[in-house]
Amino acid sequence: MSINGKAYIVGAFEHPIRKADDKSVAQLHAEVAYGALQDAGLSKDDIDGYFCTGAAPGLGPLNMADYLGLTKLRHFDSTDIGGSSYVMHVGHAAEAIALGLCDIALITLAGRPRAEAMATGTAPRSWGVNVPDDPFEIPYGRTVANAYAMVAMRHMHEFGTTSEQLAWIKVAASHHAQHNPHAMLPKVVTVEDVVNSPMISDPLHRLDCCVISDGGGALIVARPEIAKSLKRPLVKVRGHGEATKNQNAGYTDLTYSAAVWSGPRAFEEAGVKPSDIQYASIYDSFTITVLVQLEDLGFCKKGEGGKFVADGNLISGVGKLPFNTDGGGLCNNHPANRGGMTKVIEAVRQLRGEAHPKVQVPNCTLALAHGTGGLLGTRHGSATVILERE
Amino acid sequence: MPTMASNRAIPAPQVDPTNKPYFDAAREGRLLIGRCKDTGRYFWYPRGCSPFTLSNNVELVQAKGTGTIYTYTVMRTKEPYCVAYVELDEGVRVFTNIVDCDLDTVRIGQRVKVVFKPTQGDGPPATMFTPA
Repeated sequence: MSINGKAYIVGAFEHPIRKADDKSVAQLHAEVAYGALQDAGLSKDDIDGYFCTGAAPGLGPLNMADYLGLTKLRHFDSTDIGGSSYVMHVGHAAEAIALGLCDIALITLAGRPRAEAMATGTAPRSWGVNVPDDPFEIPYGRTVANAYAMVAMRHMHEFGTTSEQLAWIKVAASHHAQHNPHAMLPKVVTVEDVVNSPMISDPLHRLDCCVISDGGGALIVARPEIAKSLKRPLVKVRGHGEATKNQNAGYTDLTYSAAVWSGPRAFEEAGVKPSDIQYASIYDSFTITVLVQLEDLGFCKKGEGGKFVADGNLISGVGKLPFNTDGGGLCNNHPANRGGMTKVIEAVRQLRGEAHPKVQVPNCTLALAHGTGGLLGTRHGSATVILERE
Repeated sequence: MPTMASNRAIPAPQVDPTNKPYFDAAREGRLLIGRCKDTGRYFWYPRGCSPFTLSNNVELVQAKGTGTIYTYTVMRTKEPYCVAYVELDEGVRVFTNIVDCDLDTVRIGQRVKVVFKPTQGDGPPATMFTPA
């Protein structure tokens, strides 16, 4: 079964808040759900499918469905592959709609790690209890930052990638963020600013890392007939792919990500190729995340990511592949430490022609959103969606 | 100025019925790795099934305790420490720390050997590596 053309994104909302001292996580979920419904021109009781992750408070979807008053649900999914989950949920919602399991699906994300003063990247963290790899990694101080830094170190060793090339990814994001009034880091930075910022985990500097922010976002995915009855521009789901990559029984290769599998699956279903993509939302927990994914998705050859991102090639209106025109996780927002939701939302804005005029890609009809969740250097999930303006 | 490995407190690994023999051996100063008896191949991390066949026909065997740094990073926290994957001579890549040296001199490809470091409480030691 193909989902190409079977579902549309009809509502999208990003919470403008970046520090939520006075709001609970559940309330943030409610506010983004309401925002996306308003955007779509729908109401709560139209929703019969609900998607969230382990970041939502409670047991799977149960407690949030209760809090939000979702009483018409006949399909739900709380599959969690970290920050990439929400990209995958778009694919799963389209599959469910194509199978007739639901008509209108709501996807929500919210969190407040900044208000809670969480050391997201630099404090060792387990994903739960009885996790079999923890005894072999937690004593060694595994953190988000060092699990990505080791990928960057190996990439530099194998391909000659430089800190200056990685810095260009942050520079491009900052050029976009200057036009976003909600961006946490709206100041344009230079390559020198990035490489001279404090070292966090060699070779990643502070400005190679994404922000820690509160907030969230929501999406509404609906059947074609419903989408066409609404007043918003039509954003069609054309293709989706998902994959996981792990340590391969101790024979891990850190030079690539699961995007080498999720990307081709999405491109095949959509019937398009990387060179057709006019705008790309690429997961940017760190600069190295972007570089590896661009290679793995086929925007350039393996090992040539450094050259590809240099000299502003990712800046809208300047380079060949405009990326993360909201400023991305590197400069705008990384709500709940999960960037997949905002990746899809900015792709929807681009396809609707509703990105900021300074970063809007002219006549943008084909876009990609891609996420990596978990740890690039140990085990992670990938999800890719390809969206088209009809 | 060199960055010496800190004596940070190392959290004790969570011992469970399946991984206990591995940690018992660590207390005796021996590094074990998993081996699939169906295929003869080594695997990391130790577990109760073969990641090649999924059967429970597995054993723990003693590794030489020497290897090469595949990749690394130095966490520039108040107590700096070096996280690395070390490729053991048996072929598997092990998530670990590089210790007892100037962390600014650590390099990919460097030869290292195992050392056992005490963990918090009465936990079994952590298997770390130092320049050979």
